[in-house]
Amino acid sequence: MAQREAVIPATTTRRLWTWFHRLASPRYFYELAGRLIPWFGWAAAVLLAAGLYGGLWLAPPDYQQGDAYRIIFIHVPAAWMSLFAYVAMAGAGFIGLVWRIKLAEVVARACAPLGASFTLLALCTGSLWGKPMWGAYWVWDARLTSELVLLFLYLGYIALDAAIEDRRKAARATSVLALVGVVDIPIIHYSVEWWHTLHQGPTVFKLGGPSISLDMLVPLLLMVVAFKLFFFAMMLVRARTEVLEREVNSAWVREVVGEP
Amino acid sequence: MTPKRRRRLIFAVLLVSGIGTAVALGAYAFRQNLFYFYSPTQVAEGDAPRNHVFRVGGLVEKGSVKRDGMTVHFVVTDTEKSVPIVYTGILPDLFREGQGIVAEGRLNRSGEFVATQVLAKHDSTYMPPEVARALKRAHEREAAAARAKLAQEAARAAGAGGR
Repeated sequence: MAQREAVIPATTTRRLWTWFHRLASPRYFYELAGRLIPWFGWAAAVLLAAGLYGGLWLAPPDYQQGDAYRIIFIHVPAAWMSLFAYVAMAGAGFIGLVWRIKLAEVVARACAPLGASFTLLALCTGSLWGKPMWGAYWVWDARLTSELVLLFLYLGYIALDAAIEDRRKAARATSVLALVGVVDIPIIHYSVEWWHTLHQGPTVFKLGGPSISLDMLVPLLLMVVAFKLFFFAMMLVRARTEVLEREVNSAWVREVVGEP
Repeated sequence: MTPKRRRRLIFAVLLVSGIGTAVALGAYAFRQNLFYFYSPTQVAEGDAPRNHVFRVGGLVEKGSVKRDGMTVHFVVTDTEKSVPIVYTGILPDLFREGQGIVAEGRLNRSGEFVATQVLAKHDSTYMPPEVARALKRAHEREAAAARAKLAQEAARAAGAGGR
């Protein structure tokens, strides 16, 4: 009896490992991603429509900011995704750096332009919000400055990646850069709590629960999930393309693409 | 785990923790510069630069706003200390009594802060105006009830003292 119990987790673990190894195989990933992308994409589109409708039509105006606060339905999901994409990029880079798994390198590289776009979107929408509410497009407080540094980290990653011809060498160099930049993530997140900033403190994740009325919070969360799904769909599209590019000389690519 | 992988793992962990420590120490050393503004208490204690441009932030004290054409006089407070501010120009829409603001400028000889820019800081609470009004009414009722209770107790104490 005891023996059998010991055997079960071992096989489960082994099955999990086999799955990981299969996932890391380019062909399996290519096919799995191909099946997942439409699901992620359509779910993102539906949630985006629902979130925008809820946020721009159904949600009431704010007691202080009137209708101008509605930019949070873009600004907050974009800002959160700018951090999430970086953590995903650095995490995949870390796996690629230590275990030299090609697929992890591919995923890390696919995250960079998406994360940079989310960061730029967060900075631009924040700037448009800042002028009517604060009275300035830009201030050099800790939150805004650290988010700008994040944009430069993404741009540096992309530039470094473009500067190195060999894909494997480029992956190693960019992973190190991504890991160096990880330090900026907690700084951005906690900047509004550690230092006096003009940017307001956290609304959703804080002690005592979110300080936002429910009919504003629901569309906000819909938008957050929509942005996340959109990110996964786009990341998989990019990763899939790069897998094809990298494996261009292998038999399975010729089989998939249908060339002799 | 192969020795090679372990070496790379240790390298990655050391890299992240080393840079984390360096940045944490740096941020700690520069912590004064990382504050976007000084509080009125810091200004009162002389932490703010005397002959330099700096920013002061706090709440606009109720009943302190006096307008004189384009020039506005008001007092910013952190509930402990306060700083009188004078500003000439257009104020942001959110500027009102009780609102958090950040002013940039310098102190003049008489201790008044001459601002060149006033920014409004909005809070992290979002709610519809009806809810805000209801909350305010409830708050006022509560305060009134507390005052009534206090008066009652005072009257009772006075009664007890008289007897």
